[in-house]
Amino acid sequence: MRKFDTKVQHLKYKVLREVARLAWEDRLLENLMDVPKTIVPGNVPTTRCCVYKERAIVGERVKIAMGGDSHNPNIIEVIEIACDECPVGGYEVTNACRGCLANRCEDVCRFGAISFDSNHVAHIDKSKCKECGACAKVCPFTAIVSRKRPCQNACKIKAISMNEHKAAAIDNDKCIQCGACVYQCPFGAIMDKSFIVNAIDILKKSKNQDGSENYKVYAIVAPSISSQFSYAKLGQVVTGLKTLGFRDVIEAALGADMVALEEAKELSEKGLLTSSCCPAFVRYIKTAFPNLVEHISHNMSPMAVLAKYIKETTPGAKVIFIGPCTAKKAEAQLESVKPYVDTVLTFEELQALFDSRDLDLASLEEGVLDNASYFGRIFARSGGLTDAAAQAMKEQNIDFEIKPVVCDGIEACRMALLKLNKGVLDGNFIEGMACIGGCIGGAGCLTHGEKNKAEVDKYGREAFEKTIGDAVSLLK
Amino acid sequence: MIKITVCIGSSCHIKGSRQVVEGLQNLIAEYNLGGKIELGGTFCMGKCQQGVCVTVNDEFYSVTPDGVKEFFETAVLEKV
Repeated sequence: MRKFDTKVQHLKYKVLREVARLAWEDRLLENLMDVPKTIVPGNVPTTRCCVYKERAIVGERVKIAMGGDSHNPNIIEVIEIACDECPVGGYEVTNACRGCLANRCEDVCRFGAISFDSNHVAHIDKSKCKECGACAKVCPFTAIVSRKRPCQNACKIKAISMNEHKAAAIDNDKCIQCGACVYQCPFGAIMDKSFIVNAIDILKKSKNQDGSENYKVYAIVAPSISSQFSYAKLGQVVTGLKTLGFRDVIEAALGADMVALEEAKELSEKGLLTSSCCPAFVRYIKTAFPNLVEHISHNMSPMAVLAKYIKETTPGAKVIFIGPCTAKKAEAQLESVKPYVDTVLTFEELQALFDSRDLDLASLEEGVLDNASYFGRIFARSGGLTDAAAQAMKEQNIDFEIKPVVCDGIEACRMALLKLNKGVLDGNFIEGMACIGGCIGGAGCLTHGEKNKAEVDKYGREAFEKTIGDAVSLLK
Repeated sequence: MIKITVCIGSSCHIKGSRQVVEGLQNLIAEYNLGGKIELGGTFCMGKCQQGVCVTVNDEFYSVTPDGVKEFFETAVLEKV
């Protein structure tokens, strides 16, 4: 069974699958306009006011599935007509207010924003309210609530505001492409641009007309894949990828092993380091803490390091990264990474790609996926990178005491960076992951479950190579 | 210059490509052929059933970790 957390993801998936189907058959341009009606048949609306609006929104999703607005540099795009213009009132008093005598809300408000009407019911003066939330905390009836948009709530770095049409608007200078808003918007009005059509094009052109090989296409898969596609075995996913036309499937975790060795060295030399694996975290430092940029590890991410190795050892090869991450799509467009990674897909998109070819993963033979060590594999979850760096110190006989500050979720990252900025950070290594739980919490995951961390650790323990050195020794 | 390429894809990895690489590294050092033989890796040669897959100047060989020495003596040394 396909598994999605929400119906929003399912709808997004249906559009991607349909676009992919047409792309495989070379009918995309010809049949583009039919997709909305295929997805929204009949004349009874199910999600919006009428089927015409539903179809118009699907039309926008089709555009994003095909790479989105080329004038917009951001990977994350708002579908204005899908935005439900949720209330943005901030703190409001609901009718649960009983007009009590204690008036703790008034007492706690430092801005004098609370007043009472003739029924002793509280009111908030919006011109005075600073949205601190103190009143909501003290109300014994929890009668004061924050009406904030889910997208704004999700965006902890405050890159989302409201435009003149009351629709969500993203500040591209601030946005780090973590995709939190994509996953959290209950109306699916924010989407990550998809390059599924590019991926299909790369796969199709890898074979000549006579069936011979034109070039090799390699899939680099992120270790968080172990917590996805739970209806099939990982080996079957590998076979599925090869059936799609990939020459081989390689673990990004091997790139993580390579990075761990280098990062351990760099940390011991510089004495203070922030990790560079998570592209959203790196971009956050660059945009919000420019004076801390010198502390960012000079290593490229595991994806980029491994892709570079592949391109250098196999001339002419193409590399497609498949992971949980929307920010990786932006990373792949950086000048420093562009030569190595041809395109990026999320797990959501991979599911659509499999189904566009009607591949029943659970019925396929099991292939093998084994390139990396335990330590490379656990990069997928918060704390894994730190464990790997410590192990890499040990393996390389580096005498340095790591004092890690493990941060998952951009808010935790922000706290650590603020402390570092003030010179009061108790630690010498910030492991920063923009998503809660690490990559397993990525916006491009099919499922975000409690058990995912355990799945990653289990997958890590199954690695053929037990040390980072052994896994990497092959590459020399 | 002789180019030996060992497959380091998953399937060959599990069949012992690391041992093959290490064996070859030792033999190259033993025979002092570091300047004449270039050892490299690549992902998947498409013949997973016959792993560990190795090519010597594009000529294909199937090598087991135990057979590295024999392979080296027969397939590589004669080309030096």
